[in-house]
Amino acid sequence: MKKTHLLALVVIALAIGIVMATAGDASVYVSFKEAKELAADGDLRKVHVVGRLPHNANNDIVGMQYNPTLDPNYFTFVLVDTNRVHQQVVYFNPKPQDFEKSEQVVITGNMRNDVFVADKILLKCPSKYVENEVKGATAGL
Amino acid sequence: MSIGDWGHLSVIVAFVAAVVSAFGYYMAARGRALGEVDPAWLKLGRGGFAVHSLAVISVIVTLFAIIYGHRYEYYYAWSHSSNHLPVYYMISCFWEGQEGSFLLWIFWHVLLGALLMRSARQWEAPVMAVFAGVQLFLMSMILGVTFGSLKIGSSPFILMREFMPDLPVYKLNPDWVPQDGKGLNALLQNYWMVIHPPTLFLGFALTLVPFAYAIAGLWKGELTKWVQPAIRWSLWGGGVLGIGIMMGAYWAYETLNFGGYWNWDPVENAVYIPWLVLVAGLHALVLWQRGRTGLRTAFALVVTTFLLVLYATFLTRSGVLGNASVHSFTDLGLSGQLIVYLAAFVVLSVGMLVWRWQQIPVSEKELTMYNPELWVFIGATVLCLGAFQVLVTTSIPVYNAFVGFFGVKSNLALPADQIAHYTKIQLWMGVGVAVLSGIAQLMWWQKNDKESVTNTFTIPAMLTLLGAALVILLVRQNGQQMSLPYIALLTTGLFGVLANLSMLLQLVRRKVRLSGGAVSHIGIALMLLGILASAGYSNIISKNTSGLLYSREMPEEINRDNVLLWRNDVTKMGPYELTYTGQYFDVPSVPEYVNKELLFPVLNDEYKAVARGEIKVGDKSYYKAGDTLEIRPEDTYYRVVYKHQNSGEEFVLFPRAQVNEEMGGLLASPDIKLFWDHDIYSHVSSVPDPTKEKDWSEAKEFVVSMNDTLFLNDYFAVFKSAEPARNTAGLGLGKDDIAVQGDIIVYGEKGRQYHVHPVFVVRNGMVGRVPDEVEDLGLRITFDNIDPQKGKFTFGVSTTQKDYVILKAMEKPFINLLWSGTLLMGLGFAIAIYQRGRQPKVAPAAAKAIIKQVQAA
Repeated sequence: MKKTHLLALVVIALAIGIVMATAGDASVYVSFKEAKELAADGDLRKVHVVGRLPHNANNDIVGMQYNPTLDPNYFTFVLVDTNRVHQQVVYFNPKPQDFEKSEQVVITGNMRNDVFVADKILLKCPSKYVENEVKGATAGL
Repeated sequence: MSIGDWGHLSVIVAFVAAVVSAFGYYMAARGRALGEVDPAWLKLGRGGFAVHSLAVISVIVTLFAIIYGHRYEYYYAWSHSSNHLPVYYMISCFWEGQEGSFLLWIFWHVLLGALLMRSARQWEAPVMAVFAGVQLFLMSMILGVTFGSLKIGSSPFILMREFMPDLPVYKLNPDWVPQDGKGLNALLQNYWMVIHPPTLFLGFALTLVPFAYAIAGLWKGELTKWVQPAIRWSLWGGGVLGIGIMMGAYWAYETLNFGGYWNWDPVENAVYIPWLVLVAGLHALVLWQRGRTGLRTAFALVVTTFLLVLYATFLTRSGVLGNASVHSFTDLGLSGQLIVYLAAFVVLSVGMLVWRWQQIPVSEKELTMYNPELWVFIGATVLCLGAFQVLVTTSIPVYNAFVGFFGVKSNLALPADQIAHYTKIQLWMGVGVAVLSGIAQLMWWQKNDKESVTNTFTIPAMLTLLGAALVILLVRQNGQQMSLPYIALLTTGLFGVLANLSMLLQLVRRKVRLSGGAVSHIGIALMLLGILASAGYSNIISKNTSGLLYSREMPEEINRDNVLLWRNDVTKMGPYELTYTGQYFDVPSVPEYVNKELLFPVLNDEYKAVARGEIKVGDKSYYKAGDTLEIRPEDTYYRVVYKHQNSGEEFVLFPRAQVNEEMGGLLASPDIKLFWDHDIYSHVSSVPDPTKEKDWSEAKEFVVSMNDTLFLNDYFAVFKSAEPARNTAGLGLGKDDIAVQGDIIVYGEKGRQYHVHPVFVVRNGMVGRVPDEVEDLGLRITFDNIDPQKGKFTFGVSTTQKDYVILKAMEKPFINLLWSGTLLMGLGFAIAIYQRGRQPKVAPAAAKAIIKQVQAA
């Protein structure tokens, strides 16, 4: 066997190792129900949950709390996942500035007791993706 | 014909000319050996490319004229530019959109194509056939024509009316044109964003040249001659792309607030992957040139580099990353087109490789441990494995989309902690690169046997171990931990620097020449050390030490990384005392930021303000009270004074926040204080929303005479006088109108005085009041009434919460190693390009002979 063949074998082995490591680290999109089940099983892997913010009749967001003067590092809100499960989420960081305007929220983290502790919040703002609001289009009439 | 029609026509001409050129060059070279061409077809190919180039330039000029002329009837101008955008940012808004960035790429190909037509000689026809073929594909992406339901390309010359025909305004006024554009995303209003995208796209464009040579070589059966020109072009590509990537990193460091320069965002990875493969391919090319080995690898890697560039284009422009990336483009409905092209290029080039594979010469000699070639080869393999790992992870959203196409629902997501995931593997790639670059470089310039290897390696190895031990001790001394992978990276990084440096010194002593390779390798090793120090030992100094602890859910190991700074209150943070002292604006004509309290907003024009007092920097006065000046209202700068508790040294940072409607709210950018051995990096995490009305308490009424004192909650104030108001902005006073302004001095903390000027107006018989605010104290005073008979004046005073910012601050040790390493890497590429240009045909044996001669001398 030539040395290059040996090298090729090592490379293939390493490549397989890389794929396995990736598969092991990859996270999943789950619902809150599944997140709870995972946590109950002692699986502390961080998961992604996609959800929306609940609004009341006045179109205000419900269940959101942030008082920076009391504690700038504590932000809590309620997220409703695709199965319409409401869940309290805690984020030990300041509230993201454009939070209220977001249409969809993706959080990563895991369930601890009864709350979901998020360590990352990804916001999807409608205006960022669909450019359909034109300033002056109505004022000019 | 309107300007947009002219532009669209140019696009179509450029597309057709690219087709003609590709076909002409193809026919010119078809069925002939390299260097022999059919002159008539060649002429067609050349003419086609010339027409194509002119048409492309016409497209670019037209699009820029539309942006520059604020022609908002065009969607592209409206969605990327605005009335207040300075010209240099109009250049960046040109390529902010997908179509413009395709144009930038196309433009570089036009330039490179012109260079190749002059310099490629015998290679011209086959290389340019590939070139024009790629141009045809890129042009089709901005073609903007539809056949039935099939849409080909997205035109930058589409009108608002065509893009959004359902706007209600068009029913009433079909000729309606927006007054202002949406403007350039404020994060992109940065000088790095003016030069970084062109650099990156030049790098992208440069990868096409070696690819075209490789394909031409395969086509013509000239399997070795293409290496010579390909090396030089690959050096250009590697250098430009490498610098372009690091410019993006520096922009991110300066502008985005994730606290670093690299976030493993899919869009960043999409450029990093082809660069790694390109550099690996470059090494394989050099191996063939010197040692007649690695040619198959070189072919495969050069081809893969370009395919990866296309894959990167697909990733960032198809919308497939929409959920995973912060800065990918949106889907323009072109993903199908992109997939078709990507597949076509993959099938074509892999097919050609397979066709010629058996004919590509291989080395018969067995590589031993004493062959530097072996080490270079392993190094290139490590780079490819690193690229492979990033590719596998970055493509996770693609797998979901792919299996979804077959009706399988997959919920795979990118790793929750991406930094940890990539670091885990890329760190070892860094270790491999550092150590192999050192070994290979030391062995490259000499004949190797047991004795010479021992001699050359002893000194760098010993110095490395000494240095590493010293650093580890110092780190421990400072109470920091150093894990095994970190120790490995430190040691190999040091070895990479020292081994390459010792080789460089030897070369200089032998008066031969500098080695571009050694210089680049030192740069890379320094970059690795810089990353290790700045990322591995980045230290958050804004730990919340307020002592507030609530028995909330589970605060055990949660990081509380932000501090709240009240305006003008001193807060301790790490070794510093911090004071937030107010909000500032950028006034383009004044070299320093200007305190917002000095600027009175002008009604109906947020880009203008009136100076309340003299604005001066140092001794130079820029504006007098009452002057109108231009401001940039999107950005608010928060002035934060840092004072070191021990040394008493002071510096001021101005982290900024931007009101950015497109991004959905307020965005923060850091400010950085540079020291030689570390950076202090701060950004605001949150501020009271400046677009939101403040909550004012109910006004408390004071009826006073002149020189009376008003007792406000914590402060007191003296009402000095009432005087006619003249200069006050935006009142639009008529001849018979009356305006009176009160002059009240409020005494704040530490004896600070504030002049407050609320205005009382009678205009057209109507009473109006313009309140004045002291932001420092959270006070607002309105001038409510005048009783001329009694000489009494009524003021209303309301209060609000004091202004604050929430700040995050980090210390980044030795980050300068990263930036200086980047420069050295670029310098190394430049040296290599220069040397290869000067001595194109130094065969390896001859090079060795020169060295021996010099050694002997």
